[in-house]
Amino acid sequence: MSEDTIVAIATFPGNAGINIIRISGDNALNIAGKIFMKKNSNRESKLSLKSRYLHYGYILDKNEKIIDEVLLSYMKSPNTYTREDIIEINCHGGVISAKKILETVLEHDCRLAENGEFTKRAFLNGRIDLTQAEAVIDIINAKTDSSHEISVNHLEGRLSKEINKIIKEIMDLLANIEVNIDFPEYDEDVITINKVKTLSINVIEEIDRLIRTADTGKIIKEGIKTVILGKPNVGKSSLMNFLLNENRAIVTDIPGTTRDTIEEYVNIKGIPLRIIDTAGIRETDDKIEKIGVEKALDKINESDLIIMVFDSSKELESEDEIIINHIKGKKVIYIRNKSDLENKLDLSNYDEIEKDIINISVLKNEGLENIINKINDMFFQGSINISNELIINNVRHKNLLIKAKKSLEEVLKSIEEDMTIDFIEIDLKDAMESLGLIVGASVSDDLVEKIFTEFCIGK
Amino acid sequence: MEDKVREFLEDKYDIIVVGAGHAGCEAALASSRLGMKTLMITMNLDSIAMLACNPNIGGTGKGHLVREIDALGGEMALNIDKTMIQCKMLNASKGPAVHSLRAQADKNKYHTEMKRVIEKQEGLTLKQTEVIDIRINNDGSFNVYTKFGSYYEARAVILTTGTYLKGRIYIGELNYSSGPNGLSPSNELSDSLMKLGISMRKFKTGTPARINSDTINYMLMEKQIGDDEIIPFSFMTDSIDIEQVPCYITYTTEKTHEIIRNNLNRSPLYEGVIKSVGPRYCPSIEDKVVRFADKDRHQLFVEPEGLDTKEMYIQGMSSSLPLEVQIPMYRSMIGLEKSEIMRPAYAIEYDCIDPTQLKSNLELKSIKNLFFAGQINGSSGYEEAAAQGLIAGINAVMSLNNREPLILDRSEAYIGVLIDDLVTKGTNEPYRMMTSRAEYRLVLRQDNADERLTEIGYKIGIVKEDRYKKFIEKKSSIENEIERIKSIKITPKPEVNEFLEHINSVPLKMPISIYELLKRPEINYENISYLDSERPKLKKEIINYVETIIKYEGYILKQSKQIEQFKKLENKIIPENIDYNIISSLRLEARQKLNKIRPNSIGQASRISGVSPADINVLLIYLEQIKRSDHNNKKSDEKGVSIE
Repeated sequence: MSEDTIVAIATFPGNAGINIIRISGDNALNIAGKIFMKKNSNRESKLSLKSRYLHYGYILDKNEKIIDEVLLSYMKSPNTYTREDIIEINCHGGVISAKKILETVLEHDCRLAENGEFTKRAFLNGRIDLTQAEAVIDIINAKTDSSHEISVNHLEGRLSKEINKIIKEIMDLLANIEVNIDFPEYDEDVITINKVKTLSINVIEEIDRLIRTADTGKIIKEGIKTVILGKPNVGKSSLMNFLLNENRAIVTDIPGTTRDTIEEYVNIKGIPLRIIDTAGIRETDDKIEKIGVEKALDKINESDLIIMVFDSSKELESEDEIIINHIKGKKVIYIRNKSDLENKLDLSNYDEIEKDIINISVLKNEGLENIINKINDMFFQGSINISNELIINNVRHKNLLIKAKKSLEEVLKSIEEDMTIDFIEIDLKDAMESLGLIVGASVSDDLVEKIFTEFCIGK
Repeated sequence: MEDKVREFLEDKYDIIVVGAGHAGCEAALASSRLGMKTLMITMNLDSIAMLACNPNIGGTGKGHLVREIDALGGEMALNIDKTMIQCKMLNASKGPAVHSLRAQADKNKYHTEMKRVIEKQEGLTLKQTEVIDIRINNDGSFNVYTKFGSYYEARAVILTTGTYLKGRIYIGELNYSSGPNGLSPSNELSDSLMKLGISMRKFKTGTPARINSDTINYMLMEKQIGDDEIIPFSFMTDSIDIEQVPCYITYTTEKTHEIIRNNLNRSPLYEGVIKSVGPRYCPSIEDKVVRFADKDRHQLFVEPEGLDTKEMYIQGMSSSLPLEVQIPMYRSMIGLEKSEIMRPAYAIEYDCIDPTQLKSNLELKSIKNLFFAGQINGSSGYEEAAAQGLIAGINAVMSLNNREPLILDRSEAYIGVLIDDLVTKGTNEPYRMMTSRAEYRLVLRQDNADERLTEIGYKIGIVKEDRYKKFIEKKSSIENEIERIKSIKITPKPEVNEFLEHINSVPLKMPISIYELLKRPEINYENISYLDSERPKLKKEIINYVETIIKYEGYILKQSKQIEQFKKLENKIIPENIDYNIISSLRLEARQKLNKIRPNSIGQASRISGVSPADINVLLIYLEQIKRSDHNNKKSDEKGVSIE
């Protein structure tokens, strides 16, 4: 029995230099044909893929633009993990490429895999044995719980609020259309095609806007949380500006300028970083600055990576040691800034730090690329990770928004083609269902409820 | 005195149907037509197939049900075709999926005709008496006891008791034990059912007053006439040629609303005397005035109850106010100023069961061969009742013959939607069919009910040769016509393009088949006859059908794909003896719900409220586990044998 085709990023982003996007199902090969072009071939020639071979080529987006160069393998059913046709795309590491490919695949006839779904299929199709069944159940249960948490978070979010608003608009109209259909003899307001058209156009606009905000929201959430720490005036903000390539934070030589934390997103060689510049950490009586210092210390706990900056021109101070103690057990890159000045910093008590420290001069623009290389190494060696869950969740939401939009475009197409209201309504209902899935509500039952509560009909 | 009534066994039957309403008639006819010795018991032979409330059959969703009943060899469509006095295709201006037939019935004739069919039916015995008790014998058969002392043994029993069980009528301060329309209630049977472990509950419904036609001023009302050309309900009826009678539309006035508001304290619905649940889609006029206070008038339909009676049914005016209030209330409406009430409006409360106690074949989960159909299952409406009656009748026979039950799914029929909703989700109010309840509306059209169901009925044996032959003929003429117009190519000759421009269509650049040409919105079968001079003469229903298939091909295809996905889950069967309590990964709520509903398939399980997608995944994996351990056990058994 064949199921629909599913896709997901199979690797944990950041664990390796490559990511794998896995597609499983009847449609997998078909999708590959639509998005993959072998090297030294062209789009006109039909793609032929030999099973169990690696094929070198490019993934193209819908504008035929190259997203990434990849190795693609095709495994013909039934001797595969899921016992279905499988396509695996090995693309470059980092989140951006994998995510773009995933989104491209999702534009075709398939859907995002649920948590543990490949394994579920493997089991249901007889690929993995009985003893593994419990493990599969655990995966499903665990993931459901955590995705539940996420949906709760989202429920409180702006996205959900806006989507609920749109759902309500569509539902109001739908209920009225249904009343016109199911109780044609009654003199309830007859919904005109024009009303449906106006609503669809407006909602498509809304959705487009949401898709755009979903993109930015996602990037901020998805970066590796990187906190820059150090006592005042060691050059944290300058370093951050270097990393950002522009003067975003205020840079002065007065200690304590950055009184709060500043967050910026930057993409370094395909690795998304969410960099948090903090207030310099020192003993202080200034109330506002004190809050900044506390916040900086708080940020340590939430971070994926810490960049600790020392001042080469000053001796090791108690404030440095406070920070060193606070970041024990964390992934840290140690930086000795102001290497252009005389080195007074003595780290002989901290062998580990001395061994790994990177000497730079932000002012002279020296040694900075070493930081970037270090981040790169750590990311691809897997010593720093970011959470996979949120990406999936966001892609799912975006995907549903796109689906809803497509349904609404179908509504407009049906209107163009002079279809009657009951046909137009089919796609309107689909749009509402897709939006309902984002906020986790089943909307079809609500519709019947609404018809009965809000319309005066019957003998 | 009753203690002295002596019990005696009068006869034995295969199947006994208790009740002769719309559900009972279909059940008894199906059972006897499938060769079972059948007894139908009714409290009153004069109330067979009585239309106790509105004088019409069909309507949106309901018309679809009647077509489906017909396609499966039921009687309702044939009976209304014989007795209608007006007919309309509702939603004719909308798409083919929501076209719905509705006919005004001559109530008396409807009853007489159905009674005649039943009396003539071979293998079906009809008796007037009251069933007071049902007991189960050791061999699983039933003894059905009646008020007169006679009892009957049966291998299966179908209960179609409508609104009679502990029926109670409410008219203002007055309430009394009664069946509908002044008929006797059945006061003992519900207790007997409770003794069998069946849990009962109370629903209520209502009916408006009947007004003497001579006292109505039709000049003040809007006349509604039937369609010029009547499309019959039954696929077996070729045409209907009758003189149709009109219905009328009128309205309540501000005065009506005032009378109602001033007398709400005399309505048992508002005084809390009636605690049971009534249907929201069929609110009493009190309800409408209170709930929709901003509406300054409510629409009413004045409909004839038949050709031989002056009684007019006032649809939209059901009420439980006292007669003293009803009289001025009706007289406050436009055209009813001098109206004489012949029968007052009333509300009726009755015992019914929670339908989630039933399996999808309408058999009680806890008692084999005890079936339920119609209003006793919490539904409302003649058509809903008849549909269940037919299915219960067929399935009682299937069960006695050890054959697979007939379970129609949600993609096959409105009947499937109706029964699945009842047994899977249950209902908190009398359940009415609506097209919006069906997920696959485009495929469940009234024009293709035969295509969906007649083959199934034929295999079961309920569809006889004449119907089947007619169906096959229709099917092949549709197929032939589609083939024909696919093969005829129209070429872009000047005269062709001139013609197309003439009917506001785009000229051709390349040759195109008539089939493709018909997909253009501005083109229909009729207006391109010029391009298709050699077309055969076809019936209108065939032409309409072909047009529907072509014009909506894309939509139908899309829905067919959705149905494919749906079927996958429906086909994942859950074994009947599954113990949900040992599946520890299921959430507690899901376990309780699954234990209560005991779904047949994963698909049905997924529709139970309180069962989450994660629970469904757990269930799928558990089923696979059982399957494999069974398989392994079998293997080791085989090994064991070979070692010995």
